[in-house]
Amino acid sequence: MNSEILEIRSRIVSGETTARAEIEKALAAAKEHEDLHALLEILPEYALNRADKIDAQITELRKKITNPDQFKEAVVTEVGRLVGMPYVAKDNFMTKQSHTTAASKILENFESPLDATAIEKLNNEGAILIGKANLDAFANGGSTENSAFGATRNAVDSSRVAGGTSGGSAVAIAKNIVPFALGSDTGASVRQPASFNGVVGYKPTYGMISRYGVVEFSSSTDVVGPLTHTVADMEILCEILAGRDGRDSTLHENYFEVEGGKPDKLKVGLIRDLIGEGIDPEVRQNTLGFAEKLRTQGHTVTEVDLSMNKYALAIYYIVTAAELSSNLACFDGIRYGRRAGVPDEPIANQPNRFATPDSQVLTETSTSDAKTLDDIYGKSRNEGFMSENKRRIMIGTFVLSSGYFDAYYLQAQKARTLLIREFDKLFADYDFLIGPVAPTPAYKLGENINDSLKMYLSDIMTVPASLAGLPAISLPNGSNKEGLPIGVQIIGPMKSDAKLLNLAKSMETE
Amino acid sequence: MMKITNDDVAHLATLSQIALTDEETAALAIDLKSIIKYIEQLSELDTTGVEPTYQVTGLSNIWREDDIEKQVSREELLALAPDQKNNQVKVPKVL
Repeated sequence: MNSEILEIRSRIVSGETTARAEIEKALAAAKEHEDLHALLEILPEYALNRADKIDAQITELRKKITNPDQFKEAVVTEVGRLVGMPYVAKDNFMTKQSHTTAASKILENFESPLDATAIEKLNNEGAILIGKANLDAFANGGSTENSAFGATRNAVDSSRVAGGTSGGSAVAIAKNIVPFALGSDTGASVRQPASFNGVVGYKPTYGMISRYGVVEFSSSTDVVGPLTHTVADMEILCEILAGRDGRDSTLHENYFEVEGGKPDKLKVGLIRDLIGEGIDPEVRQNTLGFAEKLRTQGHTVTEVDLSMNKYALAIYYIVTAAELSSNLACFDGIRYGRRAGVPDEPIANQPNRFATPDSQVLTETSTSDAKTLDDIYGKSRNEGFMSENKRRIMIGTFVLSSGYFDAYYLQAQKARTLLIREFDKLFADYDFLIGPVAPTPAYKLGENINDSLKMYLSDIMTVPASLAGLPAISLPNGSNKEGLPIGVQIIGPMKSDAKLLNLAKSMETE
Repeated sequence: MMKITNDDVAHLATLSQIALTDEETAALAIDLKSIIKYIEQLSELDTTGVEPTYQVTGLSNIWREDDIEKQVSREELLALAPDQKNNQVKVPKVL
């Protein structure tokens, strides 16, 4: 499929459209789909201002340079590769132009003094942030129902979940509000909502894109992942976002370089453990159909075993809960965020911010009287976190506590090594692995909200790649009989990002 | 099988500095029990002699110049605190 980014760029360069027109269109679409609650805040004033500046810059260049090719090149080099294009970022990316809430109450009115590196890089390429997208609070969840600002609804069927945790970003793409969005993926959070809404979602190799300025959840698996309509757009974004920034010390030297041409004949492994018991039959058929399509293209597809897969979810919930409990320790009501007993400006009084009528930010106010330091800690955290945050902090505290550390946390990190070894063995024989993204298409709102374990189980197909740091894409691959989108997952070895995207590009369905 | 009582949850809540209500404590005892039962399946794996994985990049010692980067000012950071006085974050008496 053709790149939407290149298409918009050429229309802006030709004068057929302007940055202002693109931003106005995006803001109108955001308004039209307000009922889906994909966005927590929109930035009309900032975005239109910036668009006008970019349009003025383009007008200047046009006056100066008459040769059309030179003019086009000047726009790209001086304004940027994403000239005048609107985008949204998941609200766990710190942005100076808006609030950064992580969809939580404790950061309900938090205003970041800095931009995340990913935001900085997109802005430097002429892209324009038009809003912040909904998520599960602190990216703990799997449906974007666990937002203090209320749930996001699925783009295809609004009685269903958007998926999560980057649900708002996925819906913003699916509804054509913006051509690209930023999300983050710790275990499923870009891939699963992409699958549920029929868009492209990519989790790059751990260490490819800087996470500086992204609210941390689980430091050893968190990655920044974009969402787009096409793989070609994903390649452009990866090219812009990859590489070191001197701020996130887990980054590799930039190795990403877009691959062109038809991919070689590849050896692909279909992970048998992902299409066995517990999977929706239509999802299984969908993945098998994708395997057939790969064969038609001349690749070989063989069923392979990933026997450690059945332990992956248990490993994941121990490791990530442990890291979460440490990372969320900084939210104490002292240095930033909401403090129990200190009144805050209700968001209902603030224009351009959104919450559903039943959401916690609108229905609950701080009534506590916190007198001592311990009171402030305990009550600020209890009021500021959602119940899923608390649940995971408690699990994390449990697996790290004395007497249980060896049996749970250490055992999980050892089991993680076994899982990685099994992946290494498979990648000695196969170029890529495939499987479904989630066991089912999008389910009904409220269906899993009271059963946390059931909610966790919907991550079962995406967490293995996260634990091993491997790149994995969620590629739209048709829909079920009811018209609900189904995605397929391609997992590659470490740093195979460019090759993986090239394969995905060749397999895209129009 | 690990037993989780309300007292265990209350202890974990103290360690995590979260002032749970009694209802929350009781509900979490039930949730934690089922989650811990699920993660306990790892005990059946033989991991003798296996090194734990703490990070997956294989990178170590990423150095940078020890330069001061003034990205955010003191005033901007202080302004984030819910309560402040005389250029400092204000908290209740500790001692």
